[in-house]
Amino acid sequence: MNRVVQSEMLVPNMHLLEIEAPEIASKIKPGQFVILRSEEEGERIPLSVADWDKDKGTITIVFMEAGASTGRLAALAPGASVATCVGPLGNATEIARFGTVMVVAGCYGIGSIYPVVRDLKNHGNTVVTVMEARSSYLLYWTNRFVGLSDKIIPITRDGSRGYKGHVTRLQDVINGLSSPPDRIIVNGCTYLMARTSEITKGMGIPTVVNLNPIMIDGTGMCGVCRVTVTGKMKFACVDGPEFDGHEVDWKEFLARRKQYVDEEALYFKRSEPAPVIAKALHKEGKCQA
Amino acid sequence: MSTEERPKKLDLNRNDMPRQPPEIRRHNFSEVALGYTQDLVMAEAKRCMQCKKPRCVTGCPVEIDIPGFVSFVTKGDFASGIKKLKEKNCLPAVCGRVCPQESQCESQCILKNKGAEVAIGRIERFLADWEAAEGVVEIPPRPKPTGKKIAVVGSGPAGITVAGDLILLGHEVTVFEALHRAGGVLTYGIPEFRLPKRIVAREVDYVQKLGVNVVTDFVVGKTRTVDELLEEYDAIFIGTGAGLPWFMNIPGENLNGVYSANEYLTRMNLMQGYKFPNSSTPVKRHTRVAVVGGGNVAMDSARTALRRGAKEVHIIYRRSMNELPARHEEVENAEEEGVIFSVLTLPLRYIGDEDGWLQEIECMKMELGEPDASGRRSPVEIEGSNFTVKFDALVCAIGNSPNPLIPSTTAGLQTTKRGTLVADPETGKTTRDRIWAGGDIVTGAATVILAMGAGRKAARSIHAYLS
Repeated sequence: MNRVVQSEMLVPNMHLLEIEAPEIASKIKPGQFVILRSEEEGERIPLSVADWDKDKGTITIVFMEAGASTGRLAALAPGASVATCVGPLGNATEIARFGTVMVVAGCYGIGSIYPVVRDLKNHGNTVVTVMEARSSYLLYWTNRFVGLSDKIIPITRDGSRGYKGHVTRLQDVINGLSSPPDRIIVNGCTYLMARTSEITKGMGIPTVVNLNPIMIDGTGMCGVCRVTVTGKMKFACVDGPEFDGHEVDWKEFLARRKQYVDEEALYFKRSEPAPVIAKALHKEGKCQA
Repeated sequence: MSTEERPKKLDLNRNDMPRQPPEIRRHNFSEVALGYTQDLVMAEAKRCMQCKKPRCVTGCPVEIDIPGFVSFVTKGDFASGIKKLKEKNCLPAVCGRVCPQESQCESQCILKNKGAEVAIGRIERFLADWEAAEGVVEIPPRPKPTGKKIAVVGSGPAGITVAGDLILLGHEVTVFEALHRAGGVLTYGIPEFRLPKRIVAREVDYVQKLGVNVVTDFVVGKTRTVDELLEEYDAIFIGTGAGLPWFMNIPGENLNGVYSANEYLTRMNLMQGYKFPNSSTPVKRHTRVAVVGGGNVAMDSARTALRRGAKEVHIIYRRSMNELPARHEEVENAEEEGVIFSVLTLPLRYIGDEDGWLQEIECMKMELGEPDASGRRSPVEIEGSNFTVKFDALVCAIGNSPNPLIPSTTAGLQTTKRGTLVADPETGKTTRDRIWAGGDIVTGAATVILAMGAGRKAARSIHAYLS
């Protein structure tokens, strides 16, 4: 049993959990994930890790409430325990001295890209952080990136901060730099990763994505996380979760991501007590995709 | 046994085991086979000829003294029977249910020629269930500690056996399990209606009572590597099984509605998906389900699909009924429940709709040709026999290979071309010092009893090494 140390809603619908997991905290590297199960009979869900503290023996997860399982996690108070916290799973983000690296993050990805940025900086890279959200009030942790990023560029749908529009504005963002980045790393919803890859493919900028498919065991056993990369079947849990964004079959990936959307929606009809956030927000946000 | 205790004349009436009627059981997840009653088990045991040179024993991978335990049953002395059985088999409740007896012990029975082999598996199962019901499970006293520590990776049949054997020799044993519940394939793979989870839980509980420490949610190779464990433990046993699903490499395999059997069964069993929406792990309701493959896993998947309310479930198998590798009893159960066997059929591609959901399967008819390396007649494609059938779900149950997680994170562990670990068949010793392995990770996907036998041998070898 892993105890919850801290639980917080960072911005509407986006939750933070700090959990005791000393073994994982001592081992984890940027880009890896854990599988959590809120309670006995609960679903196993993969979640990226946004931070960790070796000395305290804790890990921090940032996630969006999208269905029953994330809803239950969001409702956990400090002192409660999760039934399962297993990891670190997947391969770490490849980090070296690349030169200028642009990270593009949205949704839970702002959290999960944070340790990547920290490591990129440690390796002497120039880091440009692009954060995407529907509105400025949905951006979080910006202060954490200040000392680590050479530039922070927000894109908001309503234009309340930075560029106005969706991630499709990325081309303008890149053109606005003195020179294009040597590498782009994207964390966030499927739409963000797919769109970014599409844009940067034309520009010839190497783009790494951190995929977030449905998983059960996370160790290569169930095969539900399969994804086509360069025409070959890969398992995101053990072969990834990081892949060359230009080689991922996004149409297929998106379809596979949506397999249980109907069942997830059931939660908002049946759940007792009511979900932490009203359903209206989910309809508006496209992040569940 | 003296000659007067042998049956006076041949009794060729093999006793059927009571089962839930097919029309009832295809709607529930309760165990299909209900087990022998005391009268039935004694009647069946009395049919045993008590051969001087019992061939059944040679058919058993762990050489259980079959006439020995059966003769106790004839006298109604079940306590002695289970004791005799457990000398060689520490998982009788499991093996009695899932062993392919018809190709092992029972295939060697002298009465087999008359088509009436003794139902050894059913007697075995009775004894194990009797012990559990009577509550006479003995916990032997803990022996003097040796001070040696052993890590067992994987809590399936091989791992549980190694742990149970070594703890009784005074060693300290910790079992690491990647999933949240122990039991390995017995827990995530075999469905409730064939192997109730309480039986697996009972076996795990037993080794825990003996003093074995079971750590779940711990992925060796990730949470800690084998080399890191070796700093703390004197020896390691790897029993991580064969858990990497094979796909057919045909178009459309990543369509929604196409599952690996591992996913399908894990969702239902380990994650209790069969209770959805009262459990959290979502499962789809499908109407027409195809299962590709002819083994036990295929039968389990097909019968699970029926129980989840599918209108029509087909087994698609490229050879004929005679070559089905599944246990005979499971094929019979599946047929009775209404599973349709589309044999001599090979899927060529899966066809989906705009949104990526499976709609149709294109297949080809096959015929049997010459025997192949496995001795079975090999399937040959019939040109121009292509046809398509509508299905909204497909479960791929064509086999598994060993999970590469441990070999790939442990330097110096030699593997074969098939991805299995190289280990001495007599001792389980791998190519690295202080590391043993056994079960499916060494043999490739095989049976519970073989895994258990390998665990036994490895435990013996580990003990000899540590002493």
